[in-house]
Amino acid sequence: MIRVMPGSSLRDWITCTDAPLPVADALTWCVLPSCGAVVSFVGTVRDHAEGRDDVVAVEYEAYEEQVEPRLATVAAAARTRWPDIGRLVLVHRVGRLLVGDASVLVVASTPHRAEAFEAARFCIDTIKQAVPVWKRETWADGVGWGLGARQIIGADDIHHDPAGTHPPDGARTTAAGTGPGTAG
Amino acid sequence: MAHLRLFGPAAEAAGTRHDTIDEPTVGAALRAATTRYGQAFAAIAAASQVWVNGEQAIPSTPLGDGDELAVLPPVSGG
Repeated sequence: MIRVMPGSSLRDWITCTDAPLPVADALTWCVLPSCGAVVSFVGTVRDHAEGRDDVVAVEYEAYEEQVEPRLATVAAAARTRWPDIGRLVLVHRVGRLLVGDASVLVVASTPHRAEAFEAARFCIDTIKQAVPVWKRETWADGVGWGLGARQIIGADDIHHDPAGTHPPDGARTTAAGTGPGTAG
Repeated sequence: MAHLRLFGPAAEAAGTRHDTIDEPTVGAALRAATTRYGQAFAAIAAASQVWVNGEQAIPSTPLGDGDELAVLPPVSGG
């Protein structure tokens, strides 16, 4: 597990770690002269889930050897769709987290803001379907596996916008920096 | 002998995360695992994806010495 920043020659920072997520370092690392936009997404442990009041902790379990290869495939798919991505950070945390702790981090830098938002959205949506991680919640009245779990998708599907939130590749290059994008 | 890896609800139902299994195919290995771990495991395995050495597998996928068979219930990361 890499905790320190990757070297300046690298373009992707891909990690599965049991340590607190390096949010500030990741934002700094993504700043490049060619990029005018850095967008981050941080997923944090929430104090409730459907039918579960007062969630106090979430234990993330992973098929650890396979998390980084899957994250790397998500990164490659994002770079195919948004070739202008400068740097990309995809980090998932495992272990027992408390409310407010960050569990997943996505940071993307691009020349213009539209692609940075879109690429970050694509990455987090795809990570949730493509990475072998399971969460177990502890709340006021019980303990149980995360709700809304879904079948893990195949490696080939990662390249095909599995969350369905983005237009086809062909619509991509002309929209850069001009439109509102498709996120939200 | 293949190495069996179980995760999340599948590990909970089986009562273990690691085991070994000596069967020629994925399908035969899952049947043997069901015999070993019982119906609660069978129900979860039926709703899971199965990988061999990190690649998606099907019941006819052959299993050899040292292969890693992983049972992946629906995921909930992020």
